[in-house]
Formats: sequence, C-alpha cells, structure tokens
Amino acid sequence: MQQIINFILRNKSFLLYILLFIISIFFTIQNHSYQRSKFVNSANFLSGGVYNKVNNINQYFSLKEQNLLLQEENNKLKSVLYNTVTESKPSFIDSLSYTSIYQFTPALVIKNNYTFSTNILLIDKGKRDSIKQDYGVITSKGILGIVDHTSKKYATVLSILNTKSKISAQLKRTNHFGTLKWNGKSPELVQLVDISSKAKLIQGDTIITSGRSAIFPKGIPIGTIQDFKLDAAEDFYEINIALFNDMTNIEHVYIIENKDAKEINNLINPVNE
Amino acid sequence: MNSIITTNILRFVTLVFAQVLVLSHINYLGYLNPYIYILFVLLFPVKNNRMVFLLLSFLLGITVDMFLDSGGMHAAACVTIAFVRPAVLKFCFGAVYEHQTIKFNQVDFGAKLTYISILTVIHHLILFLLEVFNFSKILLVLQKTLFSSIFTIILCVLVTIIFSRKTK
Repeated sequence: MQQIINFILRNKSFLLYILLFIISIFFTIQNHSYQRSKFVNSANFLSGGVYNKVNNINQYFSLKEQNLLLQEENNKLKSVLYNTVTESKPSFIDSLSYTSIYQFTPALVIKNNYTFSTNILLIDKGKRDSIKQDYGVITSKGILGIVDHTSKKYATVLSILNTKSKISAQLKRTNHFGTLKWNGKSPELVQLVDISSKAKLIQGDTIITSGRSAIFPKGIPIGTIQDFKLDAAEDFYEINIALFNDMTNIEHVYIIENKDAKEINNLINPVNE
Repeated sequence: MNSIITTNILRFVTLVFAQVLVLSHINYLGYLNPYIYILFVLLFPVKNNRMVFLLLSFLLGITVDMFLDSGGMHAAACVTIAFVRPAVLKFCFGAVYEHQTIKFNQVDFGAKLTYISILTVIHHLILFLLEVFNFSKILLVLQKTLFSSIFTIILCVLVTIIFSRKTK
C-alpha cells in the first residue's frame, strides 16, 4: 500500500498528464462520432455571447453583399408569386396556418468555418425560438446543414462541409437518389455516392434534396454535377458536386422545421417508441 | 509574485481572444492558421507547480476548443506540450535551466528559436493528427503541420520580440 501511494506521489504529474490527455481524447472522439460532444461546444452563453458581439460589428462589413443576395432572392420569389394563378390560393397565409408542414425561421450565422474537416456553424437562434436538434438549415441558394446542439439562445449547425454529415440527395431530372458526403478537401465541392449506375448522368445536372429524411423538404437545390466516375465495383457512381452556395460567405439562413418529422420517424422506426 | 499572476491571467485572456476572433479566421491559402495561443504555455514561468501548470494548459486548450467547436484536440495538444516542456527546456537551455533562472527575454535568440520550434511542431502534430483523425491521410497531417508550424513560429517569435521588455 505504502509503495502504491509512493508511486502515485512520485509520478503525480505524469498521471495527471495522462488523465487530462485521456479526457481530451475522449472529447475528440466524441467530436468525431456523429452525435457531437455534449460537453464542449460553442452553443453556450460564453462563446455564443462573444461571437454574437463580434458578429454585430462584423456584419456591417458585408451589408452591401448580403443585401444584394437578399434582393436576388426576393426577386426570385416575386417572379414565382406573380406568375402563378392566384385564384385557387388563399390571399393571405399566416404562420399559424395548420396546413403547412414546413415552418421556416430566419436566423443569422454568427460563426462560420470551412477549413477544418469537421466544420460547425453557430447561429443566433436556440431553444428559446423552439429550435431543436435535426432541423434543417438552408440559405437562399441551397442547403447548409443540420442543427446539432442548441442552448437557450444559440445553436450549432453541422455544415455539409463536415466529414460526418450525411444528407439524402437526388437528381433533379430523374428520381435516382444517393447520399451526400464531404471528403474534406475543397469547400466548393461535395460528393454524392450510392447513385445507381443505371442512372444516366450529364455534366451540369442539378442535384436537389430528396425529401426522404424528414429533415429537408424535397427540391431544395444543392449544386450541379462537376464530374463523375463509377466506383471500383462499377455499381454506383461517385459524383463531385459544385455547390450553389458560397460556403465562405454566409449570413442569412432559414431553419426548417418539419412538423410531421416525429410522426414519420415513428412510422419508420416503430421500435423507438 | 502578484504581478506574475496578473500578467499570466491577462496573457491567457488576450491570447484566447486573439486566437478565436482573429487568428483562426486567417485561412491563408485556404487552410493555414497560426495558433499562437500556445505562447501562454511557452512563456509560463519556469519556476512553477507542475500540477497547476498542467491544469492551466488543459483549461487553455479546452477554452479554445469550446470556441472553435473542436472537441478536445487543442486541450490534448496543449497538455502534451506542457508535459514535455521541462525536457525541452533542459535540451535547449542546458545549464541555465538547471539553475531555474531563465528569463525569456535574456536568453540568446538561437536557443529561444529552437525552444519555440520544437514545442510548436509537437503541438501542431498532435493537433492535426487529432483533427484529421485518419492514419491514411498522414501526408495531409504532415503537410498541415509543416506549413502551420512555420506560420506559428514566425508569429510567436515576432510577438515575443515586440512585447519583450528591455531589462537593463
């Protein structure tokens, strides 16, 4: 016993080092698995608050650019709105209409990164605005990611530029679908795998979300095919997709809540009751 | 004694903020960032309680991790360099270290550069190993380590020169 205590006392700094190192490795491994670390993330009052303060200043520098983006989107929406036949539709839709499955909440990105292999964004909406895990996040141009952790006022978003994010996507022309992943190399290119080799692909084809996951509605644009090749077994395509979004310049985003998500998930996984 | 504590608290806060608000957004050539917050570990007083030093390094790393959403990789790298620091000090400064009288702005430049370089490379290697987390991409890890280290070392040396007080 005496010897054990002596050993601990003699090597206390080494043991402390090993302990701290193992804790950090534990956090890191959690960080690399799909569900992120519950303990260390930036959706808390300290880092969220700091990033929010800084972003309050920083957003002035890109006002002009962001305004143009919003104007472009307004323009697109107006052209859709005034070119459809209006008779059959109610003249006014408020946010409480029960018929809508998807509910949108606008938010601001207060921290964005795209240089790591696991990129996380921070947005300024959280539990207080009834944002929960697994809500989709899009911009006016295309998809951005999925809400991961939420605190009272902030939420982290697992960007599509994250080697562990997986999103169901399909071709716009046909219904062949696959999984969207990222290989960690370029912030402009993502990869679409598991598209059946029966699909006929053309460079420049548009890729959209498939609506199979109860997170994103069908038809949100993702990008266009840049190049593609068959995998080793020649059963599936591996496709490089050029994103519509400029992931390095993102400010205004929309969070999508699928009100039927719970029902759909219960139906698919009845065991999880 | 009190001034040492104040200096180190100030250094801690300043370095963390400089790191997460400015330096992590440089992205030179797309992915190169300097990590000069390790200056806190490098310049920590030599006469110290090792346990406190290790815990402070862990705290520094985990704070940066929290801001950068990186799990525990900065913490792991920081704790490691804090742990190996005495050995590196001995290697670089030799006799001066034996007498526990190192003043970082008095030692000669060559030794200081070696000291900063060794610890920076160790830190970056562990950091990027944990970030990429894939042994098949070891080349990417080494490449990132090399270039980021150069960046960090240059900045660290500049900062230590600019902020060193003349002690005559």
